[in-house]
Amino acid sequence: MQVEVSGSAVISLLVDNESGALARIVELFSGRGYNIQSLTVAPVDEHGHTSRVNIVTTGTQSSIWQVKTQLERLVPVSRVVNLTAEGPYVAREMALVKVVSSGEPRTEALRIAQAFRARAVDTTASSFVFELTGSTDKLDSFIELMRPLGLVEVSRTGVASICRGPQTIQNF
Amino acid sequence: MTSMTGSTTLNAQTTTTLPGAEVLLRALVEQGVEVIFGYPGGAVLPIYDALFKQDHIRHVLVRHEQAAVHAAEAYARSTGKVGVVLVTSGPGATNAVTGLLDAMMDSIPLVCLSGQVPTPLIGNDAFQEADTTGITRPVTKYNYLVRKPEDLAPAVHEAFAIARSGRPGPVLIDLPKNITVGDAPYVDAGAVTPRTIRMTTQPDRAAIARAVAAMKAGKRPLFYTGGGVINSGPQASENLRRLVALTGFPVTSTLMGLGAFPGTDERFLGMLGMHGTYEANLATHDCDVLIALGSRFDDRVTGRLDAFSPGSFKIHVDIDPSQINKIVHVNEGIVGDVGEIIAMMIEEWEKQPAYAHKAELEAWWAKIEGWRALDCLRFGQDQAPDAVIKPQQAIQRIYELARQTGRDTYVSTEVGQHQMWAAQFFRFDQPNRWLTSGGLGTMGYGLPAAVGAQIAHPDALVLDVAGEASTLMNIQELGTIAQYRLPVKIFIINNHYMGMVRQWQELLHGSRYSESYSDALPDFVKLAESFHATGLRVTRLDQLDATIRQALEHNGPVIVDICVAEGENCFPMIPSGAAHNQMILGPEQEAVSATISKEGQMLV
Ligand SMILES: Cc1ncc(C[n+]2csc(CCOP(=O)(O)OP(=O)(O)O)c2C)c(N)n1
Ligand SMILES: [Mg+2]
Repeated sequence: MQVEVSGSAVISLLVDNESGALARIVELFSGRGYNIQSLTVAPVDEHGHTSRVNIVTTGTQSSIWQVKTQLERLVPVSRVVNLTAEGPYVAREMALVKVVSSGEPRTEALRIAQAFRARAVDTTASSFVFELTGSTDKLDSFIELMRPLGLVEVSRTGVASICRGPQTIQNF
Repeated sequence: MTSMTGSTTLNAQTTTTLPGAEVLLRALVEQGVEVIFGYPGGAVLPIYDALFKQDHIRHVLVRHEQAAVHAAEAYARSTGKVGVVLVTSGPGATNAVTGLLDAMMDSIPLVCLSGQVPTPLIGNDAFQEADTTGITRPVTKYNYLVRKPEDLAPAVHEAFAIARSGRPGPVLIDLPKNITVGDAPYVDAGAVTPRTIRMTTQPDRAAIARAVAAMKAGKRPLFYTGGGVINSGPQASENLRRLVALTGFPVTSTLMGLGAFPGTDERFLGMLGMHGTYEANLATHDCDVLIALGSRFDDRVTGRLDAFSPGSFKIHVDIDPSQINKIVHVNEGIVGDVGEIIAMMIEEWEKQPAYAHKAELEAWWAKIEGWRALDCLRFGQDQAPDAVIKPQQAIQRIYELARQTGRDTYVSTEVGQHQMWAAQFFRFDQPNRWLTSGGLGTMGYGLPAAVGAQIAHPDALVLDVAGEASTLMNIQELGTIAQYRLPVKIFIINNHYMGMVRQWQELLHGSRYSESYSDALPDFVKLAESFHATGLRVTRLDQLDATIRQALEHNGPVIVDICVAEGENCFPMIPSGAAHNQMILGPEQEAVSATISKEGQMLV
């Protein structure tokens, strides 16, 4: 049998905002041995009846296709789109990054933050909390650069994603 | 995420307000429910009180909640209706879990109503509280915790729609006591738009045309049919018969699909898979077009995956899109109701140019007849009057003598060798007559299933082909059988072993029979008598037929303890991890040895 390559995919869902809906989604991943790298969820319609869930998962093309068809079977799930497979999309996340340092490393941290357009949302004599929004790659590289400069804590939101152009998740 | 049934759309109408338990029963009646299998307890007392005051719905009191679910499964499978279960909170609900998973695996439509502690107590470790929706989430198609009175009736209506629609399955509704005691608005089913409509799809005609073109190009075709044909309803079985008659192609079936195509038809090759027939498995291996209809390429069917039907063009028809390409890559996947799609295939077959490979098809049949000639189910029964009865002999005679009665017959089984022999020897000519636990393989299924079938079909002959070990797992249901005077015939194929376990130990673990001996068995005859049934025992060949006849003719419940040879193995057998052309055959057939790999041992 030929070996399939693994990759990551961004899957976006519209879900009825009801108790247990998120548990169903998460348990589907754990129960069937699929992997969740990040997950975001929040209501997105005006009445708060519908939530959007964005999941970054990794797997072979066929396993990701499997995830999608399994998700479509869930009663509260009204829409599932594999954005990675369906064409251009925007995916952004936000990170809060705490750096504790002084002297040269502190100045260096601030310089890099400016280059990345990260905002210092909290500043003390010995620390910064930077807020940075962007692609996962951009956040990753920022965090890597901060590591030798006194990085002590990271909090990330996970990915929010949407397809490019006038098309919406509703009309895939 | 807080509110529930947020999206069950309610259409405007005037509402009546009633106590929740009455709303519940009214919704059940509107859904056509006639029978509930259940067991009372504190959290469901308001529902039992409401049941007491009405006479539309009959309640069948089981002796264990697991049995309630199996009985409801058999009721559902044998009638095509949704089975309904009622259990109390906590232990009542947890006892139902095995049955729910059984129904999930075999795609049986059920609605299970469970009691729950009052909403203000949820989360407080109250008496008999369990996180029932949490526990049952992975074993149900969907579940509800009804937190608000106005959600009650819509949840019930939607639950039935979900249980029946698409690939059927069990749905649980958890009912806090304050919801069933307090008032709730009643709404009609017509006022609720269930979310199942999101999932309905129309079969792809172009894909059907391509599939039929592939069938027309086939020289060694084979239909591989499954439980989906039965779930689709009697019309699907009817259509299947027409399609087979039209094409002249051979048919094999999964365990769950038995009866969809007549077992006595010469085009039927028997069951395929681990204990399938020689001809069915070799045909599966060698065919050039495999048409899977409502079957799901279960591992018991496929054996070693990379050797499964290696050269064939594969067509897969299933109502559940997630089944297509899940295990085996197929060339043409068609999503939709299998009965409808078979009808469309028939149209397409008649429209496309005539089948041009009649000669090759004949040669294919000749090959199949050659395999058939091996007579893979033949066994050697010593014919001496006092000979020990072989289990195969017992099962074959139960089948033949039951058939001779000419009565409409429903057959349930437990799990093990006797189940596989029953699948091999019973030939069902109609769907919905064969009740067995396929996907989960639940020991303890057969006896309560016989209860459910007999409740559904009071005038039919209901047989339970059982193993002595399995049947003890829900033996308390003899109480239910006695209470409702259900004339079920329980044939215990008593080999004093967990025979299927013993067989694997013999073949895979150096005949070390670790804990598989059925020690300290009850006296089944006395056991029957103590439950107000008739008990019979047979130990020698010359009494077998007479004993079976006596049981079949008796008009009450009977347990027959058929003491059979202990060491028989069920053949043919494809050991786990082996290919279809590596079957182990019985001693009567020429031995074709298969080596069992280490992976085979792990595959269970
Ligand atoms: C609840 C449950 N526990 C364990 C098993 C594993 N198992 C499968 S068959 C079997 C033995 C069944 O013995 P018996 O009912 O006597 O049937 P036989 O194989 O002897 O015909 C066992 C233990 C199972 N299928 N279900
Ligand atoms: Mg046994």
